[in-house]
Amino acid sequence: MIDMQHPHTQDTLVGLFVAAGIAGLFFLALQVSNLSSFSAKESYTIKANFENSGGLKVRSPVSLAGVKIGQVSAIGLDPQTYQSVVTMSIDSTYKNLPDDTTASIFTAGLLGEQYVSLEPGGSDVFLKNNDKLDITQPAIILEKAIGQFLFKAAEEKSE
Amino acid sequence: MIKFFQYLGNSTITNFTKLGRSTRFLVQTLAGMFSVLPRPRLLLNQLYSVGVLSFLIISISGLFVGMVLGLQGYYTLSDFGAEESLGVMVAASLVRELGPVVSALLFAGRAGSALTAEIGLMKATEQLSGMEMMAVDPIKRIISPRFLAGCLSMPLLAALFSAIGVIGGQLVGVGLLGVDDGAFWAQMQAKIDFQDDIINGVIKSMVFGFVATWIALFEGYDTIPTSEGVSRATTRTVVNSAFCILGLDFILTALMFGDD
Repeated sequence: MIDMQHPHTQDTLVGLFVAAGIAGLFFLALQVSNLSSFSAKESYTIKANFENSGGLKVRSPVSLAGVKIGQVSAIGLDPQTYQSVVTMSIDSTYKNLPDDTTASIFTAGLLGEQYVSLEPGGSDVFLKNNDKLDITQPAIILEKAIGQFLFKAAEEKSE
Repeated sequence: MIKFFQYLGNSTITNFTKLGRSTRFLVQTLAGMFSVLPRPRLLLNQLYSVGVLSFLIISISGLFVGMVLGLQGYYTLSDFGAEESLGVMVAASLVRELGPVVSALLFAGRAGSALTAEIGLMKATEQLSGMEMMAVDPIKRIISPRFLAGCLSMPLLAALFSAIGVIGGQLVGVGLLGVDDGAFWAQMQAKIDFQDDIINGVIKSMVFGFVATWIALFEGYDTIPTSEGVSRATTRTVVNSAFCILGLDFILTALMFGDD
């Protein structure tokens, strides 16, 4: 039988306790949170002006052909054009994006979150750090689309 | 009528005096911290009785809280066809709120009450006065190591609670209810932020550990040295700790997660 009051047993148990607590913290950091997914990875940023960025948020995913290649790092407003400036950080593994790539904001599912979808063009010149995408398609605002649809339906009826 | 005002004024003064005493006590305890460092044996013994002995109740509670979250979350989320978000729900509620708060409440009940009773009895049996007679400062010898042990144990216990809770949620959600394992972890990793969620949870648990240990030690040190006084002090420790933890949790949540 182990003597629980013996100093050495206590030392061992305290050591086990501290180790278990630190292991718990590591588990939370690496398995539960996003620390493992973006830390230590090199990335570069590109920007795109959107007429409307809808419900896009910082840390929303940026995907190409359905594969997540980066995330939105900042959303700001251009004071001259009143357009939304979306800054994205793209994983450096995907550095061969043509400079005529187009960006669109889509919604994952009907009520899901919004994300930026990139569509590569045919140019031979690749995007560099801090480059800007010229061709963009704004987010589809569901309420607006429904409003327009109803308006149209009413117009057709009255004719 | 006059009696009522007398009572009101008297209890106000008593409470403020107690607050002042407890603050002075805290300052003395913190100052006594430096004399703990050359004697790690004192700290180690307390880590055993405060941390290791709370380990079992914390881990079993964490497991069951996580399992219940998995079960309840599944029934609510499946109404919206969003079972895959179960991982996010379980992890977010554990890491942000339930982990720090429930483990702090359990800590106050398990370790806090024991600390108060121990120190209260030391005072009642005049062990503390005996130490002073031998020119040993009871704050440095008794209080400071316990305080440090409480502050160190609490974040570890809360992290364990959350980690075991997430595993419990995974056992129920994936193992029992058939949520996809990949989606469970992937959505969790996508939504739980290290800085915003995990670090803030750890900060919360540090604050709770500090406050719960402070209350427990002060109530024990300040107890009326009779058996009834010790029993009252122990009750007050649990009640006041619970109030402080829940109140502080509201304030900390408002500060940390307010603008998200």
